[in-house]
Formats: sequence, C-alpha cells, structure tokens
Amino acid sequence: MTIRDRALLEVVLLGAACGPLSVWLLANRQAYAAESLAHAMLPGLAIAAAAGAPLLLGGSAGVVVAALLIALAARDQRIGSETAIAVTVTGLFGLGALLAIDAETPLGDLLFGDLLGVSDGDLIAAAALAIVVPLTLAAVHRPLTVAAFAPALASRPARTQAALLALLAAAIVVAVQGLGNLLVLALLVAPGIAGRRAPRLPQQLVLAALIAAASGAAGVLASDRLGTAAGASVALVLVAAAGAGLRREPRRNVRRSPIEALSDRA
Amino acid sequence: MLVRAEHLQAGYAPGQPVVRGVEFAVAAGQAVAVLAPNGGGKTTLFRTLLGELPPLGGTFAVDGTIAAVHQHDHARLDFPVSALDVALMGAYGRTPWWRRIAGADRAAARAALDRVGLVDREGTHFGSLSGGQRRRVMIARAIVQDARILLLDEPFAGVDRASEERILTVLEDLAAEGRTLLIATHDVEQSRRWDRVLCLNGRQIAFGTPEETLTAPTLAATYGPELVVLREGRMGLTIQHHEH
Repeated sequence: MTIRDRALLEVVLLGAACGPLSVWLLANRQAYAAESLAHAMLPGLAIAAAAGAPLLLGGSAGVVVAALLIALAARDQRIGSETAIAVTVTGLFGLGALLAIDAETPLGDLLFGDLLGVSDGDLIAAAALAIVVPLTLAAVHRPLTVAAFAPALASRPARTQAALLALLAAAIVVAVQGLGNLLVLALLVAPGIAGRRAPRLPQQLVLAALIAAASGAAGVLASDRLGTAAGASVALVLVAAAGAGLRREPRRNVRRSPIEALSDRA
Repeated sequence: MLVRAEHLQAGYAPGQPVVRGVEFAVAAGQAVAVLAPNGGGKTTLFRTLLGELPPLGGTFAVDGTIAAVHQHDHARLDFPVSALDVALMGAYGRTPWWRRIAGADRAAARAALDRVGLVDREGTHFGSLSGGQRRRVMIARAIVQDARILLLDEPFAGVDRASEERILTVLEDLAAEGRTLLIATHDVEQSRRWDRVLCLNGRQIAFGTPEETLTAPTLAATYGPELVVLREGRMGLTIQHHEH
C-alpha cells in the first residue's frame, strides 16, 4: 500500500466516525467543547513526543487532563465559565508549544498532523473508531435526539452529554495523529454543517459520514496532485463542503403585528 | 388518590421554599386547575411532583406514571424532526435502546396526533408548525407516554383560539378516561371547567371545588393587585405571561 493509499484509508475511516459525530456535536451545541478539548490536549502530545512515547498514549492522557481542567474552569464564577475556559485552553496550548520545542516530533506535525506518515497502529485505531463511534451513537440515538431537540424533556441529560463528550475525546485522540491539534476541528464540525442539506436526522447522519469521507479523500488526492500539505488540503475541502451545505434559513421568532399574522393565516 | 401532598414545601434551595403548606389529594379522573401569579410556585410545585426537585419539607405521593407538558420546553425549531417524530418520543422511555420503536407505539403516536387534530401534519417539520400546533404535538407526546397523571404548565399560553378549543376537548377526554390532570393556568374563568382548583401564592391559599375557591377573597389573596374585577362580577388578571 502506498503512502497516499494509507492516507486515503485513514481519512475515509476517520470520516466514517467523525461525520455522524459531528452532526450530534452541532445539534448539542458542543462545537466550542470540541475546539477546547482538541487544543488543550497539546501538552499531552508534546510530552509523549519528547519522551518518544506513542502519541496515542500522550493524546489520551492529555485529553483527560484537559477535560478535567476545562470542567474545573467552567465552574469559575469570578470571570464566567466561557472566559475561564478560554484562558485555560490558551494556557494549556501555550504550555504544549513550549514542551514541544525539544520533542522528536516537530511542533508543526503536532499542530497540523502528518497524514502521509500514518502508521499501522494509526490505521487500526482509526478502524476501531469507525466501528465504535457509529455503534455507540446508534445505541444512544434516542436520548441524544431528545437532549438535542428539547433538553427539558431529557430524562438523564448529563449522562447523555457525558457519552457524547467521551466519544468526542476518543475521536480527537485518534484523529489528531493525521490531522493535528488544530486541523482536527475541521473533521469534527464541517461534516455536521454539510449534512444539514438533508431534511431528516437519519439522512443527515449518513450524509455527514459520506461527505466527511469523500472530502477527506478529495483533500488527500488534491494534496498529492498539487503538492500541498495533506492535512491542510483535507481541512480546506471539508470547510468548502460545509460552506456549500449552508442554506438560507427562514427567519424565525420574528415579532409580527397581529395584522401580519392574520394575513398569513388567511 | 393518585396525587397527594401533605404540608409540602417546594423550592430550589434548602430553607428557602418558593411555595409551602401545600395540601391536596386528587383522585383518578379529576382535573385540577392550578392558579398562581408569576413566581407563585406552580412550576416549582410541578418540578417537585416530577421528581426534578427534592421536597424541602412535608411529603407527597404520586401513584402512577407521570408526564409533563412544559410551558417553556425550549424545543429547537431547527432540529430535523417531524410532528410524528416528536409524538414518538413519548415511547422512548419504554423502548430498550437495542429495539426498534414498536408498531403499536407508532400507531399510538398517530392516534395521539389524531386526537389533537394534527394527524394530517404528521410529516411536517416540527419547527414549521404554529405555536399552538407545537403545543398540541407536545400534548400528543405526553399521551403516547400513557401516563396516568399529566402535569400541564400553562398549556393555553400563546395558543390560538382553534388550538385552545382542541386542547380543552382533549384534556376533558383524558380526564374522562380516568387520567388525573394538573393544569397550571392564569385563566380564572376557564378554571370553572375543572373539578378542583388549587390556589397558590408562595403558600397554598385554597384547594377545593371551583365554587368554593373561585371567590373574590381567595382570588385577591392569590393574585393581590394583579386581579381586576370586571363587570357582572367576573374577574380577570392584568398579568402577562413571562419567560423563565
């Protein structure tokens, strides 16, 4: 298998997992959580890279520590949870950049990934993710639906959110090998936007998976043909697909005069 | 009795009850109007009966499954679900995650939409329905839950006249089937339709039949200066519905 073929297989597997996950992340308004977690895990990656340990191991530890610190920051009432999270994530990101200075893996690879250097272990991890994430999402489909549609109706919203965030953490840890700490976000957000073209939820989930896999493959092929960076090419194709998926939404909750409302009804 | 409260105190923080001294007992098939000014404690009482808040004092007992139609469920209007999908959510609680929604539950959801007059809109995107229609779909969802006790928090707030009439008919039918209804409302005149009236204003003001409770002194204690007396002795309220 050529380097390009391995990269293609990696992005298709990641797309199959992250596409439907992306739909749920957006539906549950977790795009900011995805960004925070992805960026804040950099110290774990940097320490693993400096120690010559597998990035998967460092990423796993990094994402757990980042999740705990973000959860602690979110409780801060002095400056507000969003501000506290932003400060924490920036701090962790800066710490990761410092720790990565003498690392065996260049900082650029940690930030932007190395799709053309995926190992057998990376491919196995991506394949496992492509199985585990869709199956888990299918198992929690109903509670996720209620939590996203009307949180007040959800019976155990905290448990549902925890399951979604656990899947997010697993996806980040695996996908960061190929797409890096910064570009991985494209795979976690863009397919969900692109999938909104479909009218029903099951169709959106399938469409998001297809678009994620196809955009990933298109990015790798474009990179191969044009000689551009693979991770950046994949991210740009994903963002372009998301842009194409945006549609003009009708304005909602617009206050109208009773006469306008009556004329509409007539 | 399906719902019973004794010296119940309900609130969000220990030692700071929003409503106290709640004592009532409701039998199967009875519909109770819950009258209270904004902040008077009716939503807090409902959340306590639903088990979302622990009682701060006293006791309560609910003998049977309980379902709620919230005043503000903050449903996402852009979420891609149809009216039938939302009604089917009432069957989620009794369907294990590994099983498909049963055909009987699908039939029950369509029947519930039929009861609220929306079976012809079952495939319509929920967010495209009018406010009154969305409220009716939420009632259909509660019907599919097949609960013996229904808590409805201001089901008529912001709905058009056609939806209001349809909802009233459905609620009367549900009570006739033996279900117990607690209906939070600001509509004093409409409260006369129901079997019992519970008046709250930080504490229980009265509980009894409409004839016993819908009197000028009781309503004045319940609503205070928000109450206005109209011609022919009828009473109305100056308050507005509010966002929580």
